[in-house]
Amino acid sequence: MPVAHALDTFPRLLLNHAAVRGNQPAIREKDLGIWQSWTWTQMRDEVEWLASGLAQRGLSRGAHIAVIGANRPRLYWTLIAAQSLGAIPVPFYEDAVAQEMVYVFQNAEIEFAIVEDQEQADKLLEILPQCPRLKHVWYDNPRGLRHYAQDELANYETLRDEGRARSKADPGWFAGEIEKGNAADTAIMLYTSGTTGHPKGVVLSHENLISASVAYQELENLSDEEEVLAYLPMAWIGQNVFSYAQWMVVGFRVNCIESAETVMTDMREIGPTYYFAPPRVLEGLLTQVTIRMEDASWVKRRMFHYFMEVARRVGAKILDGHDVAPLDRLKYASGKLLVYAPLRNALGMSRVHVAYTAGEAIGPDLFVFYRSLGINLKQLYGSTETSVMVCVQPNGEVKPDTVGPPMKGVEVRVLDSGEIVLRCPGLFRAYYKNDAATREAKDAEGWFHTGDAGYFDAGGHLKIIDRAKDVGKLSGGTLFAPKYLENKLKFFPYIKEAVAFGHGKAEATAMINIDVQAVGDWAERRGIPYSGYTDLVAKPQVVDLIRECVEKVNLDLSRDEKLAGSQIHRFVVLHKELDADDGELTRTRKVRRGFIGEKYATIVDALYSGVEHCVVEAQVRFEDGRVGSVRADLLMNRARTYAAQLERAAA
Amino acid sequence: MNLRELDPGKVERKLGDVVLALEDVSLAFGGVKALSGVSFDVREHEIRAIIGPNGAGKSSLLNVINGVYRPQQGRISFRGESRSHMEPRHSAELGIARTFQSLALFKGMSVLDNMLAGRNLKMHTNILLQALRIGPALREEIEHRKRVEEIIDFLEIQHVRKTQVGRLPYGLQKRVDLGRALAAEPTVLLLDEPMAGMNVEEKQDMSRFILDVNDEFGTTIVLIEHDMGVVMDISDRVVVLDYGKKIGDGTPDEVRNNEDVIRAYLGTEH
Repeated sequence: MPVAHALDTFPRLLLNHAAVRGNQPAIREKDLGIWQSWTWTQMRDEVEWLASGLAQRGLSRGAHIAVIGANRPRLYWTLIAAQSLGAIPVPFYEDAVAQEMVYVFQNAEIEFAIVEDQEQADKLLEILPQCPRLKHVWYDNPRGLRHYAQDELANYETLRDEGRARSKADPGWFAGEIEKGNAADTAIMLYTSGTTGHPKGVVLSHENLISASVAYQELENLSDEEEVLAYLPMAWIGQNVFSYAQWMVVGFRVNCIESAETVMTDMREIGPTYYFAPPRVLEGLLTQVTIRMEDASWVKRRMFHYFMEVARRVGAKILDGHDVAPLDRLKYASGKLLVYAPLRNALGMSRVHVAYTAGEAIGPDLFVFYRSLGINLKQLYGSTETSVMVCVQPNGEVKPDTVGPPMKGVEVRVLDSGEIVLRCPGLFRAYYKNDAATREAKDAEGWFHTGDAGYFDAGGHLKIIDRAKDVGKLSGGTLFAPKYLENKLKFFPYIKEAVAFGHGKAEATAMINIDVQAVGDWAERRGIPYSGYTDLVAKPQVVDLIRECVEKVNLDLSRDEKLAGSQIHRFVVLHKELDADDGELTRTRKVRRGFIGEKYATIVDALYSGVEHCVVEAQVRFEDGRVGSVRADLLMNRARTYAAQLERAAA
Repeated sequence: MNLRELDPGKVERKLGDVVLALEDVSLAFGGVKALSGVSFDVREHEIRAIIGPNGAGKSSLLNVINGVYRPQQGRISFRGESRSHMEPRHSAELGIARTFQSLALFKGMSVLDNMLAGRNLKMHTNILLQALRIGPALREEIEHRKRVEEIIDFLEIQHVRKTQVGRLPYGLQKRVDLGRALAAEPTVLLLDEPMAGMNVEEKQDMSRFILDVNDEFGTTIVLIEHDMGVVMDISDRVVVLDYGKKIGDGTPDEVRNNEDVIRAYLGTEH
């Protein structure tokens, strides 16, 4: 079948895949323990029927439709069905609580929603009175919903069957609708989680997303043989570009996991060749490996540690094609046989030829760990507004502390203030119904102000330090980059989250969340009994364990000329885990520093006032929405600091 | 918090006819009277709770229903057929399944295999074909696997599908035990302390599963439980036993206000 149009919108790309590789699987989902696949042709039909059903129900060009749930083929089909009609899908974070959704429904004037299951349907029914425009909610999984009597609710299958009947009657309709689309039309609207204020709807066109995807395709030589695992939230730009936009552009296979708990197993079964993970996920995997190695037999443990040391020394160099002594090569080769290959297999990364990480700065040690195993993990830099297309580390030139040079077609400048500004083809069109914010972010010449601080190193690689507004100074004038300290702390498997304070103060301090799994395991091994998180953090042994971590960070910082002054003098181990439900983390699990500083002002004051104890009460929001409180007596702990450049400790 | 009220728009279920009735059942072990003259009935689709202090005869009652114990006196009628006692196999064939207070799982086998074992009565091909996995046996196995996978999906235990049961935390083992019972596709499910030893969150999950089983499959449920909050939330009717005698029977509200029940649980006021 000849292609009448340039492949410049997602629906046109779909038609092309159905024509060119119609019998190849396009998407898989693990259901009832089996990977079920749909070919491009089957998917095209499903999308046509759904689009037809939606059109019949009144979804019009330019209207918004909510998509809420985990990675499910039907939700992906919803994206493209809506786009075929010229409507705009708005994906939501599946773990958002109902009230968080209200603003977006009102802001985008959403009338239609397709949701995964009862959990999501319940949320929409709850906010229905606040969102009078919402008329239709279709659900994918009917479990638990059969007795619901609301008129707004209906099964996805009903909608699709209505559409199928209509499509049969009018076979040319679907292609006709796709004909009407333009590359400049809005393809999707993603709400930025926003560390402050209301979320903003980022309007991205087909052109934005397709040009970003093509850039990646060329850079990494992506083929339609790639296997990709879909396991991150659909509302996140990273997931959207890597598992939707690039999928549509390249025509590879997307595999939807069975459930959040089965990611590890699913990943081993699929063996993705192209992998994308935020640092948090990579960190979680490393923690699991560390714990499992502690449990392994003495011989295995010795072997693991010996060869990981070899890998740390030479692994990354070998991957980058640098010169390495023959003896080290031999050691690395035996390590590969005995440790690295089995480990990669256990991680489900045996077939990965390129992996990306983004979303947050990654601790250099964590980054090197994966590269030393021979996994070509690279950092990239981008944001929702740029369709994650700014900088990527090129093969053979990967430095742990930079994000690489700008991609083809991207212009990047660093302002005198240290802020990074850029222009690129993937750059968003506007914030939805928010001209003020759009003007603030995008100046008259089209430069986008990222809000990130950084600089280019001698090799032309961009180095991001922190959010421009977060970088501060201690009262003595030393540079204070909180994120940098937090990442250093978080590399220890025992520390899950950290928040550093110090701007305008004489010394730096930190709040720390332990990783309950890793510390719990550590405690069990030492026969320390505990009942839960709160009890665990109150153990003096745990505090000492964390103190050791903090002191190691301090020792490391003391060797850094610029940052030696920002060693952590005091720290507190928090009595509750920071949680997105309490507003302490964003939905992408970034620390909301300002909010935490206010919420825990008493603790911050205590850290600086020199007191030993501080009694606090914290609100906790349970998963069902109820609110309770936790009271605790927190210890303000002192950590040893080190004189700059010296080996010996000073008080 | 009443879990039922959490479901917006849920239509009240209609309870059906009596499916199971015990008439004047007495059971003694030597001189110990475990049950004396207990009568009560269970109606189709209902959730029926049996409560009472330790040693009140609750587990004995379940054991009488599924035929592990043979009462000395009284009759049991199931779906209109009255008999003096049940046989375990017979009760299973009639569609009665149960879970156990002290789990009845094969600790060394995977979750999947444990649940497949629960389908034992539904397997019809002969052992030779099964061993060779050919022809009808293979088709049958695929069908069984499908049913079991649906239950795994239902109970949200996909992540431990191939894990050895013995390595699972207790709360999950309880869920697997429920799955094993569900695999037999029972019409009446007897649950012996499904929430014993669980924390609040696990109890909430289990309550939700029990309600969902009742709702999705229309399974009639008889459960023994100590957690009053849970019992009052999820049951339609409650039987109260004390020293082998029935001292109360009715809706949760009626039972809550029953003087004898208050006395049994809180002691007599002086």
